[in-house]
Amino acid sequence: MTIKGKAYIVGIYEHPTRKADDKSLAQLHAESAKGALEDAGLTRADVDGYFCAGDAPGLGALSMTDYLGLKLRHMDSTDSGGSSYIIHVGHAAEAIAAGKCSVALITLAGRPRSEGQATGTAQRAATSAPDTQFENPYGPATANMYAMCAMRHMYQYGTTSEQLAWIKVAASHHAQHNPHAMLRDVVTVEDVVNSPMIADPLHRLDCCVISDGGGAIIVASPEVASRLKRPKVKILGAGEAPKHQMAGHVDLTYSGAVWSGPAAFAEAGVKPADIKYASIYDSFTITVLMQIEDLGFCEKGQGGKFVSDGNLISGTGKLPFNTDGGGLCNNHPANRGGLTKVVEAVRQLRGEAHPAVQVRNCDLAIAHGTGGSLGTRHGAATVIMERE
Amino acid sequence: MPSQERKIQAPQPNPETKAFWDAAAAGRLMIGKCTACEQVHYYPRAICPYCYSDKTELQQASGNGTIYTYSVMRRTPVPYAIAYVTLREGVSMMTNIVDCDLDKIRVGQAVRLVFKASESGQPVPMFTPV
Repeated sequence: MTIKGKAYIVGIYEHPTRKADDKSLAQLHAESAKGALEDAGLTRADVDGYFCAGDAPGLGALSMTDYLGLKLRHMDSTDSGGSSYIIHVGHAAEAIAAGKCSVALITLAGRPRSEGQATGTAQRAATSAPDTQFENPYGPATANMYAMCAMRHMYQYGTTSEQLAWIKVAASHHAQHNPHAMLRDVVTVEDVVNSPMIADPLHRLDCCVISDGGGAIIVASPEVASRLKRPKVKILGAGEAPKHQMAGHVDLTYSGAVWSGPAAFAEAGVKPADIKYASIYDSFTITVLMQIEDLGFCEKGQGGKFVSDGNLISGTGKLPFNTDGGGLCNNHPANRGGLTKVVEAVRQLRGEAHPAVQVRNCDLAIAHGTGGSLGTRHGAATVIMERE
Repeated sequence: MPSQERKIQAPQPNPETKAFWDAAAAGRLMIGKCTACEQVHYYPRAICPYCYSDKTELQQASGNGTIYTYSVMRRTPVPYAIAYVTLREGVSMMTNIVDCDLDKIRVGQAVRLVFKASESGQPVPMFTPV
């Protein structure tokens, strides 16, 4: 069975808040659900499938379906960290293709900024997971895990801090047009490499923002999509794959995108060169560079060269990416950037991105993410979509 | 910048890993070895991650290795170097590089095993440049 053409993204919503100290977590999920349903022209009663991940309060999907008053035929709480919602789009399409539901709601929300989380540098709490007793004594945080990937990439391929900086520069060029973006100032390569070192070789401006917020996506059957008045965004293919330490045969030079990407491209029947717009998860600049290589937009090790000189900037570059400003400048709700990656890709395919960053004739887009940590274990997820 | 002593979160041994941590307390670094398929793995497991045999045992590592990658965390009260060290036996492990100038650490550098006490007193394996 394939999901190609069996489901459509009919509703999207990105919560405008970036600091929500006056709202609850469930409320942010619900406001996002409401926004996406209104975008689609659907109501609560139309929803018969629900997807959420570890950011939702309570037990899996149960607490949120209670809060949202949903009557369901299908639910899925797959959690792969920040990439969960890209996996959810694929799973929703599978469920719709199998007749398990016809309107799937996916929600995300979080309040790390209001809660004062030092997301990038905080030490992990002790857990009963098998791996943590062999890792936590050494102080693995978020920033130094991705930094170790960058350090190895530089050693093995000669990648430079200036090349990584170009990724932030491109994101900032896009974010200047987004009134909701946390960081709207255009920055230069020099600004990035001269910003304070957080975890060698990653500087402050190599890191994404910490923001409160949320978002939601509605995936629906072709029958439902046909009766709605919105531009039709068809799901062509999806892939997902975990990557880990391989029992001590650690290789931090590539991500699970080497598996999820080809699976999605094969199902969609398209090639990386066909893609007009790419949403690429950008927890850090190195995250983008590795995934661009692993998805096949350039050869392994050539990512530094590929992202340089504005090649990711809409209107001038070959691969316009994260035209909302991405996690690097706009929004990283719940420390999980996967959902907003799908949202901006759908805006591009609908022609609803900001005019200054809208890709001309944008009929084929990819949304890709990794969740967990590139430095230890993560889940890669890819979705390819087409404007019909 | 010289490395400094920092609070080290104590590992929480379980029935599967107690022997590893007991060996560490005696100054030995152990890796997993499967006697069915002969492959080594890290972290050690009761079930071999390659062939799923339960004929696994702990094998003492030489304590010599090279730095596969590292990063110096600068935005914490006490800066520290996290790393993956590839042991002579072929597996890589997360660790810290200690007792050295943090600014002189390099990928590919040769390192040797040392132990540092965690908050519970349990020694944990770390490495220092040779």
